[in-house]
Amino acid sequence: MSVELTGAEITVRCLQEEGVDYIFGYPGGAVLFIYDELFKQDKVKHILVRHEQAALHAADGYARSSHKVGVALVTSGPGVTNAVTGIATAYMDSIPLVIISGQVPTAAIGQDAFQEVDTVGITRPCVKHNFLVKDITELASTIKKAFYIASTGRPGPVLVDIPKDITQQKTVFSYPNSVSMRSYHPEVDDNSRQVKKAAQLILGAKRPMVYTGGGVILDNASEELTKLVRYLNFPCTNTLMGLGGFPATDKRFVGMLGMHGTYEANMAMQYCDVLIAVGARFDDRVIGNPKHFYSEERKIIHIDIDPSSISKRVKVDVPIVGRVSQVLNELITLIKASKEETDAHAIKEWWKQIDLWRERDCLRYDRASAVIKPQMVVEKLYTVTKGDAFVTSDVGQHQMWAAQFYSFDKPRRWINSGGLGTMGFGLPSAMGVQMANPNGVVACITGEASIQMCIQELSTCKQYQLPIKIINLNNRYMGMVRQWQEFFHGNRYSESYMDALPDFVKLAESYGHVGMKIEKPEDVEGALKEAFKLKKRLVFMDFITDQTENVFPMVPGGKGLSEMILV
Amino acid sequence: MENEAGALSRVAGLFSARGYNIESLSVAPTEDPTLSRMTLVTVGSDEVIEQITKQLNKLIEVVKIVDLSEGDHIERELMLVKIRAIGGDREEVKRLADIFRGNIIDVTDKSYTIELTGTSSKLDAFLDAIERNMILETIRTGASGLGRGERILKV
Ligand SMILES: Cc1cc2nc3c(=O)[nH]c(=O)nc-3n(C[C@H](O)[C@H](O)[C@H](O)COP(=O)(O)OP(=O)(O)OC[C@H]3O[C@@H](n4cnc5c(N)ncnc54)[C@H](O)[C@@H]3O)c2cc1C
Ligand SMILES: Cc1ncc(C[n+]2csc(CCOP(=O)(O)OP(=O)(O)O)c2C)c(N)n1
Ligand SMILES: [Mg+2]
Repeated sequence: MSVELTGAEITVRCLQEEGVDYIFGYPGGAVLFIYDELFKQDKVKHILVRHEQAALHAADGYARSSHKVGVALVTSGPGVTNAVTGIATAYMDSIPLVIISGQVPTAAIGQDAFQEVDTVGITRPCVKHNFLVKDITELASTIKKAFYIASTGRPGPVLVDIPKDITQQKTVFSYPNSVSMRSYHPEVDDNSRQVKKAAQLILGAKRPMVYTGGGVILDNASEELTKLVRYLNFPCTNTLMGLGGFPATDKRFVGMLGMHGTYEANMAMQYCDVLIAVGARFDDRVIGNPKHFYSEERKIIHIDIDPSSISKRVKVDVPIVGRVSQVLNELITLIKASKEETDAHAIKEWWKQIDLWRERDCLRYDRASAVIKPQMVVEKLYTVTKGDAFVTSDVGQHQMWAAQFYSFDKPRRWINSGGLGTMGFGLPSAMGVQMANPNGVVACITGEASIQMCIQELSTCKQYQLPIKIINLNNRYMGMVRQWQEFFHGNRYSESYMDALPDFVKLAESYGHVGMKIEKPEDVEGALKEAFKLKKRLVFMDFITDQTENVFPMVPGGKGLSEMILV
Repeated sequence: MENEAGALSRVAGLFSARGYNIESLSVAPTEDPTLSRMTLVTVGSDEVIEQITKQLNKLIEVVKIVDLSEGDHIERELMLVKIRAIGGDREEVKRLADIFRGNIIDVTDKSYTIELTGTSSKLDAFLDAIERNMILETIRTGASGLGRGERILKV
């Protein structure tokens, strides 16, 4: 007779079977048996955060930087509600996570029991799927399904809610090798006809544009993308989520597009005749006013794994449902084999036009400024880290400057919350990134407002000796809010001034880290060098930056891509 | 869809979260008890219907979807209606029920309860034919539908 295991043992065994090395969590009553099992083994290492939101962001950063599923463990009730922001953040950016949450015992469900919330109900709109395990014999297969669903198709977070009594009950453990679900088929149908049509359009293009997004990163398809774009000599732009998908230092890269995209990227997007959209979802921050976008004629090819991303906001001419890597590979083969060639003359003319737009130098700023310009800090960070750091960010102006001024040549190096725009994401996600890349250089670019949303994680960083470098672009404002108030609300800076700021140097020191305050432009590079020499220490660098600096270009809400406010 | 707790709320939640309308919804297990079949009536432009279909397809518990209105189909709804029926009205109500092929399934000396099946517009027409203040209560199931002839939705 086989031995029986408790639900808690089974849970931990499942994680081991999945090859999970780190799990980010916070204990509580409903998960005590699971914590007891974690204690008895050392394959799955538990990272104790200081707030459940951070557990989710850390698991998320781990997943984004490693292409593995991130795992978080939280208790019932407030553990879950604290985690919701992190779950929604991952959901909006299609990040594969498995969240294990404790629940009150089966018999207590619905009784308004202590620390009971309807976890499945609360998280339903912000997960790819969720489960409540009501029968111990289904626990292992449910966890298997959770990992499968999270990591296949369009990825996303999957939550498994486990009542406490299930973690105590016993059953025979066997972990299924494979999953088959009649209602979930992530593999895609044959799309070769569509791919052929796309190849035809591409070869006939006179003003082509390649627009790529998070799908390229999620599918590890940067190599294929780079190959195709270089072969065709087409211009390429990335969304905020797609940065690093195509090397930013390649001259074919025209910068990020969208609300804070470059002049050349937005103009090329507006005036191209064939648009090749790859794993990007025509977000409202990307194409601006759709009516204005339609006012120019162009043919659109759209490659996406999720049919619901296609023709959602913008009608496309050649929809291709499929994995980016597979479709790009087929395109490369078709195009190379084709007797037809691209119109070299037209494309040369198109590049001339783009270069003219480039001359507008839309990202310029005052390099001789007597106060520290935030853009300059990011540029220096790029130099000092030789462009090879993992950069996480929070949300606001600093996020945009990081995206504009740190040239990402590799995928999974730029980690930020694009879809939900979650302040507080930067530091905890950096913890996950550092865990997944123990030898990697990890920098967190943040603002004095955002960093305070998960500042408690400085303690976690101390406990696990995470040598993250925090680049605080301290403008004493919720700069992004202030910018909108300046542009659209008559300079009335309602509640966007950050008053009563802590002394960040002392704060860092009190957590056992190194703190630095940098106030002069000439000190920026030296300070960065010094900080990055401290390979084993977390350094909190408080840069006192220009309070009035704004992010340009900017496509104001409701305006079209070519209607940017320029510096 | 899978006959599982929570499947219905995922569908309903999707409609409310994305601002779509549910005109009516009827659902029950099929001959295969692990599956439920739902008929959901909604209105929207072609683009909206396309998005609704794609979004529903993404729900893990949804096994298969057809848009019945894309082809020939049959649609039926059941209504129970309790009507005040006193004196001369009794004959009149019974006559109307006959015209609409309804069955009187409960009788008191003051009321008739009529069971009526048909398309939603037939049920509407019946109600329109009866004086508003004679209608004591109504309940309708919402439409259930099947494709005609060889159009079969089966897993
Ligand atoms: C303050 C702020 C300002 C912002 N400004 C900008 C801006 O100026 N420019 C900008 O671009 N964004 C900006 N954003 C981000 C924006 O909100 C969106 O998050 C972002 O544009 C979406 O990127 P994406 O289109 O690449 O889609 P993602 O959210 O990354 O979605 C990825 C797409 O790829 C698909 N996919 C996933 N896996 C695969 C696969 N294996 N094969 C094929 N397809 C796959 C998915 O189905 C999905 O459609 C801003 C955000 C904030 C917070
Ligand atoms: C949790 C959360 N609350 C509110 C917002 C709205 N918001 C977006 S940017 C921003 C200001 C960020 O300020 P700071 O971190 O100092 O960055 P800066 O813009 O100054 O660089 C706010 C409040 C948000 N994105 N997330
Ligand atoms: Mg600020």
